[in-house]
Amino acid sequence: MRKSFIAQNPSVLTFLLCLAAFTLGVSLLAEGFGVGLISTSFVKTLGKTLCLCLVAIAMDLIWGYCGILSLGHFAFFGLGGYMVGMWLMYARTEIIVERSLAQGVIPPTPQEVVDGIGSQIFGVVGSSEFPVIWMFSDSLTLQLLLVLLVPGLLALVFGWLAFRSRVTGVYLSILTQAMTLALALYLFQNDSGLRGNNGLSGLQNLPGVTAPQSAISLWFFWASALALALGYLLSAWVISGKFGSVIRGIRDNEARVRFLGYPVESFKLMLFTLTAMIAAIAGALYYPQAGIINPAEIAPIASIYLAVWVAIGGRGRLYGAVLGAAFVSLVSTWFTGGQAPDINLGFYTLQWVDWWQVILGLSFVLVTLFAPKGIGGLFDLLKRGDKA
Amino acid sequence: MSQMNTLLEVSGVSVSFDGFKAINNLSFQIGPAELRAVIGPNGAGKTTFMDIVTGKTRPDEGRVLFGEKSISLLSMSEAQIAQAGVGRKFQKPTVFEDQSVRENLMMALKAPRSWWSVLTFRTEKTHVARVSELAEEVGLLDQRDRIAGELSHGQKQWLEIGMLLAQEPRLLLVDEPAAGMTPEEREHTTDLLVEAAKTRAVVVVEHDMEFVRRLNCKVTVLHEGSVLAEGGLDHVTADPQVIDVYLGR
Repeated sequence: MRKSFIAQNPSVLTFLLCLAAFTLGVSLLAEGFGVGLISTSFVKTLGKTLCLCLVAIAMDLIWGYCGILSLGHFAFFGLGGYMVGMWLMYARTEIIVERSLAQGVIPPTPQEVVDGIGSQIFGVVGSSEFPVIWMFSDSLTLQLLLVLLVPGLLALVFGWLAFRSRVTGVYLSILTQAMTLALALYLFQNDSGLRGNNGLSGLQNLPGVTAPQSAISLWFFWASALALALGYLLSAWVISGKFGSVIRGIRDNEARVRFLGYPVESFKLMLFTLTAMIAAIAGALYYPQAGIINPAEIAPIASIYLAVWVAIGGRGRLYGAVLGAAFVSLVSTWFTGGQAPDINLGFYTLQWVDWWQVILGLSFVLVTLFAPKGIGGLFDLLKRGDKA
Repeated sequence: MSQMNTLLEVSGVSVSFDGFKAINNLSFQIGPAELRAVIGPNGAGKTTFMDIVTGKTRPDEGRVLFGEKSISLLSMSEAQIAQAGVGRKFQKPTVFEDQSVRENLMMALKAPRSWWSVLTFRTEKTHVARVSELAEEVGLLDQRDRIAGELSHGQKQWLEIGMLLAQEPRLLLVDEPAAGMTPEEREHTTDLLVEAAKTRAVVVVEHDMEFVRRLNCKVTVLHEGSVLAEGGLDHVTADPQVIDVYLGR
């Protein structure tokens, strides 16, 4: 079955081959392998970019294919990051605390260790008690499960309430913005249990692993590439065949799909939850590479950027979403990272950090107006060129 | 055929929108294999009647019973009613323009409708054959791979009729199928509907008297939300009340 599925979708195979070649190329040139043409920090940037491509695929599924303009998928992305961050922070602090307590004359009791970890982690928010939500943080397996379960459950409850009341279009978009804003504001509070605006930090260090960052960065890069490949395959399978027909039908004429006998709400709910979980996995891989997560990451603007990437890349095709996310986020890193030289016009100095936002906003408007198919639309031109 | 002589029974149904009585104590019955034309001036409640049967609009009072077991359609969702065997064709052709004729028909094909069964659905040879058969029936066999948006207006109407037949409904509600069609297209549409009504109930809402005459069936005249007259076309067109409100203008 898999074979025929790939055969029916040659673009999937092309994409996977390109991704494999890219991963191999970066790995060989990376510092971790000795050639060192690509710095560790750039490997991390590329790894993070792959995660952004994955969340863009999720966005394309829900928006490009099903027509639900969710402006809240970064909330799920961030939650995924928080869930894996809790274990990373706990386990690493545990090692540090145990090491420092071991220097005392009397061996520490388990309670002393836990108290030590607590005051290390929560000292910044004036507490040393573990909040209830950290109850599983000592178990990697459970926290990894929570990466899927917490965002999945949030999406399920939110989606159930919204879709059941037949909230659609711009109203739904506003609701999703409200959701991510509410979550961000909640997490900003010091007593939210996730260290308020400090967020979780030091996530780039894998507890108990002595390998240098140049190697760890490559592991995460590979993991991100693998996750992107699997996410792409899963999404391509979901949108192929009848299920894809139905969700595109929902996008184009929801009422008609209902009169064909399909329970539209449950299709939307399923897809909303699935894409939330894909976003969560992307986030869980992203933040260990970023090293830090704080509530500002899930501010409403982040989810809007996500929609911009997909629009510029070309919604309604998976590789479009990947291209858009990769292109825009990399260019954005370049412009805002200080690498782009400022332009002195004599009377005014053009600083890219500020002006990049203007360019991005303008290109979003231009793409929407004049090239609704985005970057992905260029491939149609190529195909047409072949036939002619 | 079954012993049942009524497939759909609508009785004493009323619905009002902001005080305006769109449907007023309407009663209507149709047998399991019957063709029926519903006519009436604008605002007579024809579309609202279809909305009630398909679950889009909930009536304020009355009963809508369907099938041998006389299940009430009033407590069911649109999707459930469609699954129970009520198909509807809208006035404007509403096919999925982005998708091919084949995909449109495949989507409509009778099969389990839950998201899980759709996700795990595998196209069998029988499905492909049935889709070709339907495409042939509505005259779109050689258009199967075309994108529905590229079809002519008449072809879209047929595709939609094909999709309805694919659903294998027991009751088909068709809203102005001949609107915007050429005379030849109308003839083909008439044949399709007459053929369909041999095995199921078909209700056709139509403005065009010539088209209704060609359907050669019992006619129900609606006026101000209730039934004004019912019977053969010649019978109702001779009715002075009908002439007064509808035909005389």
